[in-house]
Amino acid sequence: MTGLFLLQLLNGAQFGILLFLVAAGLTLVFGIMDFINLAHGVLYMVGAYLMAMFTAQTGSFWLGLGLALPAVLVLGLVLEVTVFRRLYDRPHLDQVLATFGLVLMLSEGVRILWGSAPLSVPMPAALSASIPLLGPMRYPVYRLAVIGAGIAVALGLWWLITRTRAGMLLRAGASNRAMVSALGVDIGRLFRLVFAFGAMLAGFAGALVAPILSVDPGMGDNILILTFVVIVIGGAGSIKGAFVAALMVGIIDTVGRIFGPIWLRAVMDPQAAAQAGRVLAPMLVYILMAAVLAWRPAGLFGRAGAR
Amino acid sequence: MTPLLAVHDLHKSYGALAVTNGVSFTVAEGELHAIIGPNGAGKTTLVAQLSGQIAPDRGRIDYAGQDVTRLDMPGRVRRGLARSFQITTLLPGLSALENVALAVQARAGSSFRFFRPAAAERALNAEAADALAEVGLTDRAYRLAGALSHGERRQLELAVALATRPRLLLLDEPLAGTAGEEAERLVALIDRLKGRVSMVLIEHDMTAVFALADRISVLVYGEIIAGGAPDQVRANPKVRAAYLGEDA
Amino acid sequence: MSAPRLLTRPVAALALFAALAALPPVALALGDPFLVVVGGRMLVFAIAALSLDLILGYGAMVSFGHAAWLGLGAYAVGVLMRWGIDDLALQVLAALAVALPVAALTGAISLRTRGIYFIMITLAFGQMAYFFFVSLSALGGDDGMALTHRSTLAGLRLMETDEGLYYVTLAALALAFAGLWALVRSRFGRVLVGTRENALRMQAVGFRPFPFQLTAYLISAGICAVAGVFLANQALYVSPAYMSWQRSGELIVMVILGGIGNLTGAVAGAVVTIALEEGLARWSDHWRLGFGLLLVLVVLYSPGGLTGLARRLTGGRE
Repeated sequence: MTGLFLLQLLNGAQFGILLFLVAAGLTLVFGIMDFINLAHGVLYMVGAYLMAMFTAQTGSFWLGLGLALPAVLVLGLVLEVTVFRRLYDRPHLDQVLATFGLVLMLSEGVRILWGSAPLSVPMPAALSASIPLLGPMRYPVYRLAVIGAGIAVALGLWWLITRTRAGMLLRAGASNRAMVSALGVDIGRLFRLVFAFGAMLAGFAGALVAPILSVDPGMGDNILILTFVVIVIGGAGSIKGAFVAALMVGIIDTVGRIFGPIWLRAVMDPQAAAQAGRVLAPMLVYILMAAVLAWRPAGLFGRAGAR
Repeated sequence: MTPLLAVHDLHKSYGALAVTNGVSFTVAEGELHAIIGPNGAGKTTLVAQLSGQIAPDRGRIDYAGQDVTRLDMPGRVRRGLARSFQITTLLPGLSALENVALAVQARAGSSFRFFRPAAAERALNAEAADALAEVGLTDRAYRLAGALSHGERRQLELAVALATRPRLLLLDEPLAGTAGEEAERLVALIDRLKGRVSMVLIEHDMTAVFALADRISVLVYGEIIAGGAPDQVRANPKVRAAYLGEDA
Repeated sequence: MSAPRLLTRPVAALALFAALAALPPVALALGDPFLVVVGGRMLVFAIAALSLDLILGYGAMVSFGHAAWLGLGAYAVGVLMRWGIDDLALQVLAALAVALPVAALTGAISLRTRGIYFIMITLAFGQMAYFFFVSLSALGGDDGMALTHRSTLAGLRLMETDEGLYYVTLAALALAFAGLWALVRSRFGRVLVGTRENALRMQAVGFRPFPFQLTAYLISAGICAVAGVFLANQALYVSPAYMSWQRSGELIVMVILGGIGNLTGAVAGAVVTIALEEGLARWSDHWRLGFGLLLVLVVLYSPGGLTGLARRLTGGRE
């Protein structure tokens, strides 16, 4: 049982890291630009699809990754220039509608190009081993690599935000957009950078997850909602909040799904426990969110006066 | 006699900046108490704390013998502590009458009525019309608030505040942006209210202040540096120093 | 942004309802009975759009989880039918009995937030409802439940025919419309609109926004749940897909298309959106691509977005 728990804990951490990668870009966009972007999830999905395509064409995981990332970056930039740039000063409602339209377009576009059936991406040979965990249990090296990559990105982001000038401007912009603009900083360029970088992170997450999950047109939607939950719990505009919240959400969701029914068996019969577990598990995260918001309406690390 | 409003050692800081730094003063029933001070003195923040818009970090606000420091704005309004705004906050899509009727509605009966049209309620409209007459806007009653002139909008602001039947009215720069005849009209209006409504008047217009105030407090960098009767304040050397070059 | 007047043109409303009432005979004359089915869907979503307009248009609360009420209403029908209860009135009561407490809870939590947070938390609550029903295998889970017959009205099988269902739904729509028409002009409506326009002003005259917003949220959820009851009857099918966030997005599109804060517009918006979807779907399987593109283009290039376009198309507002 301890082995299973440890296994799920690690899976939860890996899922959490993935959520963090997707949420990091989006929380900055929310917090600094006050821009609600429903299309962020499809960037994650497109990252996975591009990864599938390039890996299949080149026959190599690493080449696929190397091609997919810049491709997502370009897509992010194109979207920013053609659509998002015009929406920054619009009311939230317009942003919701336009990005909703984009979600419809891109999801359907993916369906047209690749069909609705899920694609699979082979794991890279170098990372396809598994290491012993506890007793007879083994854990895939790839998943550990994902966790490692995520932590590396988190550290990199932390360094960027706290040690570079661009990061300082970002933090300033998060508290007072008008002031930063008044200081003569080209807000437009800053936004574009944040946006493109966030898009790339989301695509990176999608590419990373491609060998582990099935790549299908619905994957963007699922991750998007959870990403929102992460941002709400962590507080818009806070990378630290996104990291903490993402890990919380990832672990609670994963452990809850597996162990919920197991723990419920202590109080009810196995069949009832299984059904109850299946119903409650997906809701755990939302209950967590509701509880956090009841206590802190701006999220754990959000600003009290946040819009 | 206990004062109507007693402010005790109010403090409010934004980060390292102490905007309100130990402000204390009292307002007696029936008094018109003016608060003056150079720009950046913290007058807006003070009014916001008095009206309940923001909470002070430290200190106490006693109104009508009760501690209202933690009471929110609607709560204070219902006890008779109301405010008019420096930047007009009327509802531009409603007529002048409707704007005032809304304030009457807040006081008169439940607003959880779902079926009768509010515009047809005679009692609401009558009281609203009275308030408009009080400020001299009767002939503008059906004009959209957004279509009124600036001076008329300042008058309407007052009408809305009056419709809440306040005991103490916080007037936040009621003459802002007005001059000449418009300003005189507003001053006359405020003068007419004296005795019926206690008032705290925040103003830059010194003619108006010295014409209307019973007592004056001078706010500089978040602190009250002088207070008392208008003549005393006018002669006070500290006040003159603070206002050097800013005399209106 | 100019504030929409509370008054919508009664003539436009009457004309719209007259046109809707005339649809079944027209369909008969054209020899296309499927039009009545499509029309029935339009009516259902018109009720839902009206309910959303109350909080979105008049209250400025952008709820991205509104489709959850549609689903709850539909499932109320599904469950009651399983227990042999076919009566429409009882089903409506059951729908309300489920939707209102849930709305009270989620509304109380959601309304502690504003702006982007509100949008996201309502989205999350909507998803919660979706996943709940997906995982409930007793009610069919992902596959949903098929219904064998429609609800009865006072013991009569009036709604078994498409025309019968159409007119009962139309009556419900008219009732909802009339109720909301009075509501937005009432004392309550005034406070709601005032809070949308300037919450500070409302507090400064003595109104606390929360009780009014929560009440509006409850009323809106209840009306939408009733729409869900009719949706189940229309499709003879109940599924978690009714509550997906894409559905919630569609509802927002309908309200915007009609011009927010405009009851007649909400109905018109629903009609036009369904018509567009049906029309595009007949053209291609991948109609969502075109629909999405249309949305993006209109929001970007019509000044004032969709609302501006709608305003110009409907001849503007006074």
